[in-house]
Amino acid sequence: MTLQPVLQAAARTPKKLLTTWRRSIQTRVVVYTVLLTAGAVSLVGLILLEQIGDELVQDRVAAAKAEASEELSAARSSIAETSGANGGTPLQRNDLGDPIIQRSLSRGYGVVMAGPVTSTSGRISDDGVEWTPGLDVGSVPRGLEDRFQSIRAEPAWTYTRISYDDGERSSTPGIVIGSQVELHDDTYNIYFLFPMDQEQETLGVITRGLLAAGAILILLIGVGSWIVTRHVVTPIRIARRTAERLAAGRLEERMVVHGEDDLTGLAISFNQMASGLQNQIRQLEHLSRVQRRFSSDVSHELRTPLTTVRMASDVLYEARDTFDAPTARAAELLQTELDRFETLLGDLLEISRFDAGAAVLDLYDTDLTALATAVVEAYEPLAAKRDIELKIVAPDHPCIAQVDHRRVERIVRNLVANATDHALVGQTVTIRVDSDEHAAALTVRDHGVGLAPGETALVFNRFWRADPARDRSSGGTGLGLSISLEDAHLHGGWLQAWGRPDQGAQFRLTLPRHAGAALRHSPLPLVPADARDTLEAS
Amino acid sequence: MADRSASDQPAKGKVLVVDDDASLSEMLAIVLRQEGFDSRLVARGDLALPAFQDYKPDVVLLDLMLPGMDGIEVCKQIRKDSGVPIVMLTAKGDTVDVVVGLESGADDYVVKPFKPKELIARIRARVRRHGETLPEVLEIGDLTIDVAGHQVTREGKQIQLTPLEFDLLECLARKPHQVFSREVLLEQVWGYRHAADTRLVNVHVQRLRSKVEHDPENPEIVVTVRGVGYKAGPV
Repeated sequence: MTLQPVLQAAARTPKKLLTTWRRSIQTRVVVYTVLLTAGAVSLVGLILLEQIGDELVQDRVAAAKAEASEELSAARSSIAETSGANGGTPLQRNDLGDPIIQRSLSRGYGVVMAGPVTSTSGRISDDGVEWTPGLDVGSVPRGLEDRFQSIRAEPAWTYTRISYDDGERSSTPGIVIGSQVELHDDTYNIYFLFPMDQEQETLGVITRGLLAAGAILILLIGVGSWIVTRHVVTPIRIARRTAERLAAGRLEERMVVHGEDDLTGLAISFNQMASGLQNQIRQLEHLSRVQRRFSSDVSHELRTPLTTVRMASDVLYEARDTFDAPTARAAELLQTELDRFETLLGDLLEISRFDAGAAVLDLYDTDLTALATAVVEAYEPLAAKRDIELKIVAPDHPCIAQVDHRRVERIVRNLVANATDHALVGQTVTIRVDSDEHAAALTVRDHGVGLAPGETALVFNRFWRADPARDRSSGGTGLGLSISLEDAHLHGGWLQAWGRPDQGAQFRLTLPRHAGAALRHSPLPLVPADARDTLEAS
Repeated sequence: MADRSASDQPAKGKVLVVDDDASLSEMLAIVLRQEGFDSRLVARGDLALPAFQDYKPDVVLLDLMLPGMDGIEVCKQIRKDSGVPIVMLTAKGDTVDVVVGLESGADDYVVKPFKPKELIARIRARVRRHGETLPEVLEIGDLTIDVAGHQVTREGKQIQLTPLEFDLLECLARKPHQVFSREVLLEQVWGYRHAADTRLVNVHVQRLRSKVEHDPENPEIVVTVRGVGYKAGPV
């Protein structure tokens, strides 16, 4: 249990790193730079070490050869001396080997002397081998030894690993030079073993130095690239933050401009873009204000004379009994058409208010059932004329929502008028109301001609009519559903239509119970239950 | 209802029409005369107040956009020392204009283009109240309402209400505990026969509360019943 958070954190860390890698240009640039530098430094270091090592070995080999040949010539001259200045005791094998071994001890190299060389002996493993004390005679490679199994063999050298058997010194790389010396017709093999521990030490120092230098270089370049990218990335980040603020609507946000470099150019261009946007938006706002102002002016200018005309018409209409028949009819027509004109003007002005964004909500708690009942009562006389029954189905509890009563009533009126218009004589129009915790809904169902596929979206279009020749008993303007949709949207609600040809239509209004709350579902289905049954049956 | 009772018994009254549109004013005068009202026409806002003081009308019809002085300002000036019913004539149905008008003291409003009958109904509803005299005293909370004398007192101190506010309070107080929907109040107090703008009720309830409540934020006299309307508080 206690491990779990740790494991989770461990699982998160690579993810976090990956996120940083993906999101941060700076991280990527620094990592790439460090990797490239490390590669380059390693390559250069390797080449350097190789060359220095070669040089050191070459020098050592040359020095060793010189020393060996010096030793040999010294030995040879002492042999010649003793044999030339006769009388002296003929130089023995020991006399030849001992001084060389003695010198080797003081000079720090090893000597192995084997021989005399015959067809059966002369190998180091044979008897009579002398060597520098402490030296492991196995240090002489067998390959080199093989070359000295016959007399008059040319001197030769090779690399080897010199090991010691005195337990004090560890083995070191070295070179071994083999040579032959003749003493009283016998040929002896002398091997000089020169350790290269000095050279190795030098190489080690150089390697450490190179490693340290490389590490410092990589670190410096890493820091350098971090600083450089920061210079580039910081303005980009500032630009991003500024852009975000602009997007959030703070149009006066600008980037700070200083200097003359490319990034200043970015800041200048960015600011120009922001100013351009701001101007455009200001212009649009201005246009919207002008539009609003215009619709308000038109409204005022049209309404006042219309009021006068309206009143004059009313006076004429009231007095129509005293006119002759055609004049009386004219007064009647004037009156009814003025009604239509007024409704249309009202709807047009309402639409223009929506378009100008000037529509505002006046919210109060409203019971949708009571509202629907009031609307139905108002429409019953009209419906009765076509023998249409208006039925309300509502739950026992009140369906209260925080809405603009005037607008919601207008929506319900439009829906009921629309359903009454499209229902056939003798049918029933059903209005359902319901609510849940979050939303309140109202559906209006008719069983008239219905809607063709695709028409459910068109019904909310301005001046759209399913059938232009259709009788319009309630005298709709063709704007009713468009206004209703705008009203519903203003509440953050939905207004949706469902329909099937010859199966009627259903409109559903869904409103959030609390103003501003988001809608997720509606308490009532859009597709009516009776229609679902027939769909499933078919 | 108001319409019928008025035609049986024509209620004469004086109407001051303040509107800059000459044709409309003239037409209004014709219609008002037909309905038995006397009227005087004023075309400028700055002339409205002198005409008001001179003519002493029973109702003022006030256009909002006026030369000389804004209709809102005229409304405020009249309200300073008179509770006479003011009906605004507005060409804009915008909430802001209407609310500003109502808050500056207007009792009611009609949106152009209005039907003459609608306007007459509004005027009658406002004038009608002045004729009724039934000696009666109502009590609501710690308020005493003298219906005949059009006076509201708390502990002997009189509270100044406009006739409309008085009517609203009286309507609620006549049936304490009964909840009145905004629509019912519109019908009983303003004389609307069809559903109308419920903002009228909201604005005037706020104004009434600001005068009669101890704490308008926590009303005890005019109580809101959520989702339904208002009722008179504990008697």
